[in-house]
Amino acid sequence: MLAQVSEFVAPSIDWWALTPQMILIGAALVIMLVTSLSPVQIPGWVSTLITVSAAVAAGVVSWWLWNDVLDEGASSTVAGAFGVDGFALFFTILTMIAVVATALVGDAYVEREGMAAPEFHALLLTTATGAIVMAAANDLIVLFIGLESLSIGLYVLAAMQFRRKTAQEAAMKYFVLGAFASAFFLYGIALVYGSTGSTNLAEISSFFDSLGSRTADLELLLVGTALMLTGLAFKIAVAPFHFWAPDVYQGSPSPVTGYMASAAKAAGVAALLRIFFAALGPLAADWSTPIAVGSAITIIVGAVMAITQNDVKRMLAFSSVGHAGYILVGIQTATDDGTSSALFYMFTYSLMVLGSFAVISAMRGGANHDVDTYSGLAKRRPLLAFAFTIFLLGQAGVPFTSGFIAKFMVIRAAASDEVYWLAVLAMVASVITAFMYLRIIMTMWDRGADVADAEPISVPWTTGVVVATTAVATIVYGVVPQSLIEFARDAVPVLVAAG
Amino acid sequence: MLLAAGSSATLPILNALIIVPLLGAAIVAMLPKNSPGLHRQVGVLSSGVAGAMSVYLATQFETGVGGFQFESVQSWIPDLGISWHVGVDGISLWLVVLTGLVFPIVLAGIDPHGDEKSYTAWMLLLQSASFGAFVALDLFLFFVFFEIVLVPMYMLISGWGYAERKYAATKFFLYTMFGSAFMLVAMVTLVALSADDGGITFNLVELAERQALAVETARWLFLAFAFAFAIKVPVAPIHTWLPDAHTQAPTGGSVILAAVMLKLGTYGLLRFGLYLFPEASVFFAPLMVTLGVIGIIYGAIVATVQGDLKRLVAYSSVAHMGFIVLGSFALTSQAITGSVLQMVNHGVSTGALFILVGMIYDRRKTRAIDELSGLQKAVPVMAAVFTVSMLSSIGLPGLNGFAGEFLILIGSFETRRWWTVIAAVGVILAALYLLWAYQRVFHGEPTDADMETPEIKLNEMALLAPFLVAMVVMGVFPKPFLDRIEPSVDELISHVETHSDFERPEDVVIVPSEKADEGDDH
Repeated sequence: MLAQVSEFVAPSIDWWALTPQMILIGAALVIMLVTSLSPVQIPGWVSTLITVSAAVAAGVVSWWLWNDVLDEGASSTVAGAFGVDGFALFFTILTMIAVVATALVGDAYVEREGMAAPEFHALLLTTATGAIVMAAANDLIVLFIGLESLSIGLYVLAAMQFRRKTAQEAAMKYFVLGAFASAFFLYGIALVYGSTGSTNLAEISSFFDSLGSRTADLELLLVGTALMLTGLAFKIAVAPFHFWAPDVYQGSPSPVTGYMASAAKAAGVAALLRIFFAALGPLAADWSTPIAVGSAITIIVGAVMAITQNDVKRMLAFSSVGHAGYILVGIQTATDDGTSSALFYMFTYSLMVLGSFAVISAMRGGANHDVDTYSGLAKRRPLLAFAFTIFLLGQAGVPFTSGFIAKFMVIRAAASDEVYWLAVLAMVASVITAFMYLRIIMTMWDRGADVADAEPISVPWTTGVVVATTAVATIVYGVVPQSLIEFARDAVPVLVAAG
Repeated sequence: MLLAAGSSATLPILNALIIVPLLGAAIVAMLPKNSPGLHRQVGVLSSGVAGAMSVYLATQFETGVGGFQFESVQSWIPDLGISWHVGVDGISLWLVVLTGLVFPIVLAGIDPHGDEKSYTAWMLLLQSASFGAFVALDLFLFFVFFEIVLVPMYMLISGWGYAERKYAATKFFLYTMFGSAFMLVAMVTLVALSADDGGITFNLVELAERQALAVETARWLFLAFAFAFAIKVPVAPIHTWLPDAHTQAPTGGSVILAAVMLKLGTYGLLRFGLYLFPEASVFFAPLMVTLGVIGIIYGAIVATVQGDLKRLVAYSSVAHMGFIVLGSFALTSQAITGSVLQMVNHGVSTGALFILVGMIYDRRKTRAIDELSGLQKAVPVMAAVFTVSMLSSIGLPGLNGFAGEFLILIGSFETRRWWTVIAAVGVILAALYLLWAYQRVFHGEPTDADMETPEIKLNEMALLAPFLVAMVVMGVFPKPFLDRIEPSVDELISHVETHSDFERPEDVVIVPSEKADEGDDH
């Protein structure tokens, strides 16, 4: 035993590649330390500033790394446990955008709702670290660590308006079901380890190569795969594992909801792609059909349930379920094309949903977001209504918004893969969902609405910046999507074994 | 010729058509809200400039050439084989001109009754998108324009329409989007299956020339495209959005809907049905002409029993569009030429009728035929204008409706004899429902309320005058129109012949320079 320890050789670590994670964790620690040790009350904007700066710095570093990867190819570090490829950096950049947006929107929201600013921002940073660890993980254990750092922080963030019953309910539900999902996932890891002999994704992938003509006993591996799929389906809110989503989305503080629908969902998608597309690619024949069926169910449930809702946050929660289904349409193809279409979809959807929840955050804080409370918004706040209209049309997949290009790309991937039934079903369901988006738009633009005694809506500049930027991005990526398409194309995951 | 070639090289006029109204919309959106009249002036100016350019386009358009002119290609999304590819031929030319002229007239002449700023901006966006749809030669580009027109139209109906506007607007949007859903899947499938060593392309011309699909597949894809267009046309029995949308839309919206938007469907059938899927079009031609004839008869019968004048005109559209579908799939040169001409004719005559119905509503706050009577005594001039528009719609010789319907019927008779016989009954029915409605509204004993109906005003007359001029000019002298339409139609039919076992009847007159010539040649 001791002899073994003495033989331990520390793996070489490419610290530069880990810089984004370190910046985020460092900033979270700084916020917690400074605010708890400072003798005077630190104003909330300091935490916001630290968070935004850290996220921007991490984003810039990722961009640097991205260019390195483009030039020199993907690599791995920490004994092959940690991948440095376009995929990881794509999700890091996406997560950083979500963090910046959430921090900016949260700045005023936290103050208005009487939440604790330092905790909010510190948790945001730790969850973001978890998310980007998940995206970069080359090892199932590392991935699980990322998943848990993300999830545990989110449970607390969901509960931050703890005086409200709905928030408590949301957090409790999220926690119990989330823990359940993690258990599924962990059990899946154990079984996969049992059958392949490794938790390293690159080694799992090469396990299939070494199989050769040998027909191994793969049942254990398939059960493990199914369990991991279930665990991730919970996290991404794929039907029939979506039941937590509407309640949690409704009960959580609106900026946090936007963050869940973007960064947290993206992390789940990243994990799914890394494990299934990259490592378990040879098993595609086995997992592609279940994902296609899951995607169909998710799209239908999202569409049908969304139109029966009356609360805007619940509407968008079900719509978010539906959008996860569209992302799966890309994933189930198990091709590079489909994967990059899913990445494109995730990116553009994140921007739209961050913008949507920024608008919702500006509207009001309470739990009641009945669609009628948006009546005549165009008269009260024309620009806010206009931006929200762009987000909703984008999510409905109307041309000249990024949402259309995203839908187009996943449908194209499905059609190229000859999964026509799913392509048709997805498009028809988008018509159903459009009804729900139109309903919100119509309510906002109702010219006959009486807005005389409505309480005034104040849009802090931080929120305004987020709304404006995401709205412009939604249009720009809808008109000239080429750069983003290239970005997504270069971000297809690559597994590099320890060197 | 040199001028046309030169202008397409130096000035991409078709792009300018799309951009000018778009800029106008941006300017209108930035103007302060309380600047009365200014929004409308900017709107009329920018849509008018686009209109003038479209007329210029028609004058520079080279007759006797079937292919696309004024083509312009820009790389757009190279990764997906998508380019910004526009061009115009005889089939789309007059629709572009129609789009160019109807919008400024509507903006100048029809009062939206409130919030002029947004109304004008949406109208300009709609014009820009309509231009785009008619000139797009890239499947993706066409689709985005085809789909985006829904948004401004939806806003116009839901914002400025009548009591049931929200229901009608939503129905309109969802119906069309439902059709588009199938079209999008068919489109990407077509592109994926047509991919060759040169990669994928959404270029319409290239895809139409490649014809790389298996017969069975092409038929399925044709059905998906045709379904989307049939909803837009609309073809009975999927027309039910139209009466609601038309009736609830503001007058300006109804005019645009009838004049421009419905044409996207029939235009699409020609451009993306016949041209892209020649074999499948021939295969499904019996189905399509049957649907067309059903539309003619059904639209006419339902129009007859309407109690609401606007609904009546809306159902008359169903009948008229049935003629166009019949002509398009009769696959003879005359029939398709007649269809293309009839697309413009229908826009002119139905547009005028919607304006007149709008005027009656503005004056009387009712469109119920029962509540109106003897208006001729109170408003003789309006009655006269109504008569001309109505006769044009019925297809009276000497007015534009005749030229189109006659060509459709004579052309269809060659290949679809019995269908044409039934369709001809539709012409009689059209006379029946319109004349009967006219009789009930304008003849008879006026009540006091009827007698107090104000006469048509000078500016209203100015709004209607262009429509009346078009009716007479196109009815008396359709040659300049036919000269430009015919070669493209001919080329389209040759394309169909090349890629299917269809052969056009021998004795068809290839260039009917004048209608009067028909008799001589036979």
